[in-house]
Amino acid sequence: MNNVIEMNNIRKEFPGIVANDNITLQLRQGEIHALLGENGAGKSTLMNILFGLYQPTKGEIKVRGKKVDITDPNVANELGIGMVHQHFMLVDKFTVAENIILGSEPTKSGKIDIRKAEKDVLELSERYGLKVDPKAKIEDISVGMQQRVEIVKTLYRGAEILIFDEPTAALTPQEINELIQIMKALVKEGKSIILITHKLKEIMAVCDRCTVIRRGKGIGTVEVAESNPDSLAAMMVGREVNFTVEREKAKPKEAVLNINDLLVKDTRNVPVVNGLNLEVKAGEILGIAGVDGNGQSELIEAITGLRKIDSGKITLNDKDLTRLKTRKITESGIAHIPQDRHKHGLVLDFSVAENIVLQTYYQKPYSKNKVMNFPAIFKKSKELIEEYDVRTPSEHTQARALSGGNQQKAIIAREIDRSPDLLIAAQPTRGLDVGAIEFIHRKLIEERDKGRAVLLISLELDEVLNVSDRIAVIYEGKIVAVVDPSETDEKELGLLMAGGKSKKVGEAQ
Amino acid sequence: MIHKWLTGKATNILIPIIAVFLGILVGAIIMLFIGQNPFTGYAALINGAFGDIYYFGEMLRMMTPLILAGLAVAFAFRTGLFNIGVEGQLIVGWLASVWVGVAVEAPMFIHLPLSIAAGAIAGALWGFIPGFLKARFYVHEVIVTIMMNYVALYTANHLIRTYLLVPGERTERISTTASLASPFLQSLTDFSRLHYGFFLAIFACVVLWFVLWKTTLGYELRAVGYNKHASHYAGMNVNTNIILAMVISGGFAGVAGAMEGLGTYGYMSILSGFTGTGFDGIAVALLGANTSIGVFLAAALFGALKIGAPNMQSAAGIPPELVDIVIALIIFFVASSYLIRLVINRLQKEGK
Repeated sequence: MNNVIEMNNIRKEFPGIVANDNITLQLRQGEIHALLGENGAGKSTLMNILFGLYQPTKGEIKVRGKKVDITDPNVANELGIGMVHQHFMLVDKFTVAENIILGSEPTKSGKIDIRKAEKDVLELSERYGLKVDPKAKIEDISVGMQQRVEIVKTLYRGAEILIFDEPTAALTPQEINELIQIMKALVKEGKSIILITHKLKEIMAVCDRCTVIRRGKGIGTVEVAESNPDSLAAMMVGREVNFTVEREKAKPKEAVLNINDLLVKDTRNVPVVNGLNLEVKAGEILGIAGVDGNGQSELIEAITGLRKIDSGKITLNDKDLTRLKTRKITESGIAHIPQDRHKHGLVLDFSVAENIVLQTYYQKPYSKNKVMNFPAIFKKSKELIEEYDVRTPSEHTQARALSGGNQQKAIIAREIDRSPDLLIAAQPTRGLDVGAIEFIHRKLIEERDKGRAVLLISLELDEVLNVSDRIAVIYEGKIVAVVDPSETDEKELGLLMAGGKSKKVGEAQ
Repeated sequence: MIHKWLTGKATNILIPIIAVFLGILVGAIIMLFIGQNPFTGYAALINGAFGDIYYFGEMLRMMTPLILAGLAVAFAFRTGLFNIGVEGQLIVGWLASVWVGVAVEAPMFIHLPLSIAAGAIAGALWGFIPGFLKARFYVHEVIVTIMMNYVALYTANHLIRTYLLVPGERTERISTTASLASPFLQSLTDFSRLHYGFFLAIFACVVLWFVLWKTTLGYELRAVGYNKHASHYAGMNVNTNIILAMVISGGFAGVAGAMEGLGTYGYMSILSGFTGTGFDGIAVALLGANTSIGVFLAAALFGALKIGAPNMQSAAGIPPELVDIVIALIIFFVASSYLIRLVINRLQKEGK
């Protein structure tokens, strides 16, 4: 088979860092080639070089055997290289067709020929099974369809080689399956694909070969058929990785959190948490499994005081939290790792140190008589950065500059360090690589073993099954079943999450 | 990484300096264009601001309200708010301080602080309204503060006309016990109108820096300005903080007005239009990168340009409006800092 793309011995230096060091990636005609690496390993840099956004410091790029100089994305386009970005580049108010033709509009006597555009888009869409409606507005369509629009956009520009930058990060499990089908259809039509990811499952499901990079260095290329998730993870992280978290059996004690008949309505006055009952005991991890949008977010917001409770009662160690403000609830002994770390977890423009005291800045020793005590804050931050292995140049670095995994570690450090009675972890590993996931799972279990109650909310069934001591299934704002993870499996949970009944467990409460 | 941080910091300082340089350069080109010699023009300008101790005193006097107006804008900006209403807050502050200065009788150590406080409170109140509307009803502060400027202007004029008017279309003079005027500073500067308010403005620079960067209040205000959701999550009262930020910003602006009322003029005239100082405050904050030191330096530059301008007319025959053009150009270049950044980065790359 011949190589459509050869990136040979690529090196890229930025002031003070080597982002890519001697990386070789060769893409064969008609294959799906995974580019695997941890967050910050240099995957994006390498692909931005291929797409013409950066120039390599050293090394050569060959496209279809010919040495090329990709000076900007237009050159990449002409060479038939298209990129499906992780963050979509679409105009919300425009239709699908308008977005797709943007920049290369077909014209008829000086006017945009939107009819032709719509016809072309429809044709492309049908040929690859992409199912996009050319007349729909972007703001009205789902994230999955927006991504398919991005794919059509690259095809419309004549791309033969498609780069997918972490395409599944924002998708639901169903959408991921559809995407996998689409990628298979694309290679069947003779396209070649580079898939940037750190999800091993996807690589096993769809890729032919896999190139691994670690901390900017090329580690090697392997045939996916001849490898397994363990070996790939080891290549990526540089050591053996435990997927199943090792731990002892939980020794649950008294209930810490009690929720009775909780009712929370949304702005349209529709109940989103609808008579929910739940208890979380000291020394256990209770996992909540459910399809996104069944009241998980609202439940957490209600517990932490971020959302108004319509009726029902929440108590922590017999203390009524129902009408308390967020700060009082936090002080009562609840720590909260929020699901959206950029929106809620961090002030991205603050330094790491300033973020470390986000919950405690008004207390001693971090401030005295309303005056901040920065030496104490820096000292604490240094300790936590060390203890939680937050990789940052210093505690003065802006939180924005950290990788996702390190941002999450900083949040976890801050929350756990307060020694809460109840730790709420909402999708704590979303978008993180295996190394960071392993670390976070270990921390959650450590907290459990210290006798704390942990409430874990996750959309990833693997995570819920692996980490929890008990699993509560949430459906339409109610807990419909509580199961033992050792006596259940993905299939049964999936059924319960979809509102079905399981013979084994029946209905709880 | 440290290298990167250094260049980032250096760029932040370089941009205003380059912007000022470019503004002056384009100003020179315009002078050439109208058939004047830019060297004599700028020499006259510098001479007009520094050539005589009187003008230097006037420049410092001019700086005083500019600093405070700049601080008002900078403070709001640091907390994520765009206070276009400094002009209006300054006007009500001016009026309130003069009113107390005229109507109250008290020994100086009470009367003067009381008059300044009246200005601050009036400005703060004028800032409270848009802050409250934003926090409670999500009304954008830019719209409300612009409108509040007009309300301030015409309300102040009405109040002067109805209750405080004396011949000369102005209020009575304030009692000496409320005056910031300083015979000592005047004698130092050949009887310019320089007053003690200048030191108050410098003190305000320190206050702004301390509040924003050293107190829990400043921490909260900045957190809310950057990320409301995270602040809410951390148990801060977001709405209170938004209102408080506007109140403090308005307070600075009100004090700027008090400087005019208690220092420079000693009265308030019926205003035929906006004073412009409040709007200049936006430019001062922008050029000063919303830092205390930056605001001070930018106010010094603008003060010098404004005081030196008349001398360009008399000594070099260049219309003083040219200074307004130069100021506008400087702001233009600061605002287009992206362009300057691009050039700096390009130069750095080539330098390696």
